Amino acid sequence: MLRVAGDLSITAGLVVLLFCAYLLWGTGSYTARQQILLQREFVQKEKTALGPIRLGGAVAMLKIPRLGDDYRYAVVEGVDPDRLRMGPGHYPGTAMPGKIGNFVLSGHRTTYAAPFNRIDELQPGDPLVVDTREARYTYRVTDKRIVDPAEVDVIAPVPGRPGRKPAKAMITLSTCHPEYSAAQRLIVFGELDERRDRLERPE
Amino acid sequence: MYGWIWRALPGSLAIRVFTAVVLAGLAAVVLWYLVFPWIEPRISLDPAVVGR
Repeated sequence: MLRVAGDLSITAGLVVLLFCAYLLWGTGSYTARQQILLQREFVQKEKTALGPIRLGGAVAMLKIPRLGDDYRYAVVEGVDPDRLRMGPGHYPGTAMPGKIGNFVLSGHRTTYAAPFNRIDELQPGDPLVVDTREARYTYRVTDKRIVDPAEVDVIAPVPGRPGRKPAKAMITLSTCHPEYSAAQRLIVFGELDERRDRLERPE
Repeated sequence: MYGWIWRALPGSLAIRVFTAVVLAGLAAVVLWYLVFPWIEPRISLDPAVVGR
């Protein structure tokens, strides 16, 4: 009897370990597959005129040179769990890329390819490159903050000042903090620095 | 439990080791591709958004 209980405990421990491995590495393969589809969809859409954006569709392509030359994610529309499994998500209702207001993105820190795992390494002045169908917008990091999960002010049109009318195009990235925890959120702010109209399809 | 399974495996030592490895691998595959993907969305880990 005791023997069986011991065997079961060891088995449970191994299963939990395997589950942790799955969360860290297994979930990424789903995101990788979805990203291939989204990026393909994005590049195809490029040929057509600006159409309506549907939930789950690719809104833009995000590149962060500080996190590597190959750092490139298709941003999906929506931040519900299903969307965030596909890649970084754009909060519906917040500004679109390059527009006056706050372009708010959310991404996983440790699971599902962990697109925002290393955004804590971003320094003020670092470029956040957002490619859309009509232009390439380069934002520059201005600030980083660690906030309570309930602090919705950070996604206001003027971050931290809800109700204020925006005059600038801002970007806000959010992910969980500390790593592997749900206790807080890590927020990175940026401001639009440059807009270059697109003549060709993104490379 | 494992002792009982081990003794129930037929064949020589080599065959028993092989069967045991295959069974363990099968269990891992079922967990990884069926059980974990089903369970993971039901427990909210790694939340990234504010205000919910």
